[in-house]
Amino acid sequence: MSKQDKRKRKKFSVGRLFVYLFLLIAAIVSLFPFYWMFVMATRPSAAYNSIPPTLTPGTMLVENFKKVLSQIDFFGGMWNSFVLCTIVTIVVLLISSLAGFAFAKFKFPGRNIFFVAILVTMIIPPQLGLIPQYFLISKAGLLDTLQGVMILSFLNPLGIFLMRQYISEGVPDELIEAAKLDGCSNFRIYWGIVLPIILPAFATLGIIVFTAVWGEFLWQFTVLRDPEMYTIQVALAQLGNTHNIDFGMILSGVFWATVPLLVIFLLFNRLFISSITEGSVK
Amino acid sequence: MKRGGEMNPISNKETVNPISNKQPIHKRQKKFRSEKKKDMISGYLYIAPFFVIFAVIGLYPMLFSIYLAFQKWNGLSPMTFNGLANFETVLTDPLFWKSVYNTIIIGIMGTAPQLVVGLILAYLLNMAFLKFKSFFRVTIFMPYLTSMVAVALIFSVLFSNHESSLANYVLTHFFGLDPIHWAASEWGTKIAISIMVFWRWVGYNTIIYLAGIQGISNDLYEAATIDGANKFHQLFYITIPMMKPFIILTVFTSTVGAMQLFSEPTVFLGTDAFTRDEAMTIVMYLYRDAFKLQSFGTASATAIILLVIISLFAVINLSLTQGFGRKKRGVDQ
Repeated sequence: MSKQDKRKRKKFSVGRLFVYLFLLIAAIVSLFPFYWMFVMATRPSAAYNSIPPTLTPGTMLVENFKKVLSQIDFFGGMWNSFVLCTIVTIVVLLISSLAGFAFAKFKFPGRNIFFVAILVTMIIPPQLGLIPQYFLISKAGLLDTLQGVMILSFLNPLGIFLMRQYISEGVPDELIEAAKLDGCSNFRIYWGIVLPIILPAFATLGIIVFTAVWGEFLWQFTVLRDPEMYTIQVALAQLGNTHNIDFGMILSGVFWATVPLLVIFLLFNRLFISSITEGSVK
Repeated sequence: MKRGGEMNPISNKETVNPISNKQPIHKRQKKFRSEKKKDMISGYLYIAPFFVIFAVIGLYPMLFSIYLAFQKWNGLSPMTFNGLANFETVLTDPLFWKSVYNTIIIGIMGTAPQLVVGLILAYLLNMAFLKFKSFFRVTIFMPYLTSMVAVALIFSVLFSNHESSLANYVLTHFFGLDPIHWAASEWGTKIAISIMVFWRWVGYNTIIYLAGIQGISNDLYEAATIDGANKFHQLFYITIPMMKPFIILTVFTSTVGAMQLFSEPTVFLGTDAFTRDEAMTIVMYLYRDAFKLQSFGTASATAIILLVIISLFAVINLSLTQGFGRKKRGVDQ
């Protein structure tokens, strides 16, 4: 006990103190807006005008949320976003891992050209096609539908890039060759060998895709004009557009829309971090 | 290493197959060749979904945008050929140039500090002695989970025009400055938007860098320590060069992202978004032309100009990052 204490004290240094200080400030800066959002969501709008600012939670959590519900279809928006993100995430994981597998482990003419082409699509601004895409979706009768929103999100070059990286490093060639000698088809190798190995990477990419689609705004804002079909982002954006701006109400909406995602993150967080730290073990 | 992996199957086949099945040699070669063919087909098949969807909803609209850029069209009446007039209209519009200026200023203020701080945070988070690692990681990453709309709304309250807004309170009471009209002044809007961009993305870049740092073999650091390199030497001669691919990736994505800024200013300014010019970005200018003014030809011309600007930045980016990597190649390889 005392021995350990001594060793700890020996290791204490000013440098370490600065490391902790810097990280602590970063953590506070990261967390403060969340806390403050919670404070505002529990206070009447008038609390906003007080000097010095209110920094402790009040009692209006439910009342403010009721005001939100009278302004927008909050639960409808959450449901639409959830359905949208779930489908997109599953589809993107499959498309990216299949393509990543192909780029990492198969040889076919034009492989590098195709891969570079995918990287090039990363720099093409999605806005370049925005107007024709709008008319295309509208012609296909997909305006104001989730299908119209999700089809664009299926394109995820970053996912393919990450999956190729991960599969070429994480899946040994020997394993694939051995499976081939056993007569496994390529798809069985993908399904039975590659997928289980890259599952941690799925968590990482899944979270990246899910949050990206959850937060995407421009395309949802363009395709969804009918309040019935609003995703939560488009619905939330309407909160700030009212004439009598009620800050308590706005931040209550934001708070309740943000909490579920944070809960999902905290649930998946260990998987997420373990998938990243795995890189250090290799 | 990789080559060895590729060689293995052949040698395996030569040694295992003659015993297990007594196929003549040419048949075995045939089997090997068909295996190669199968791999080829699988390869194409597995990358096909992306390219098929891309052709329909990505490439075709882009090409159509180029066509549209030379047409005059309000979305209803037939298109008429307009030559280069759309480009002329956009390029001579002071508001367009204002939007370019705004986008670049906010892009620099919002992303450059982010990448530096992200790198520092990742480096610190990787320190062996650090306790509460996962707490710091989780908290620093959390802002990224907030949608851009949510961030813009939170910050629109933090940075509102009111004298009592938290930002103004800090300015007036801690720094003795005058309150700022955060949503209605040239630099107020830009600073507020840059801060929210920084806040939301810094954790994301930190996590990417952290993944990169953790991929660096400890042997390198041990060898460097034996050679007498201190922590700063290690940072500049091992960590940063080894992280080159990750740095390129993040610089690249955040530059491209910065040029496409739309949600934050739009939601931050709310009803004023398309009438005020302090924070109008290129994409907002494009959106306004298309969906507020029904001028789809000039909007498409703007889209193409945006592509040119982004490509320019991407090329500058790549040549810069390439250069800094080459200098330290010795460690890299």
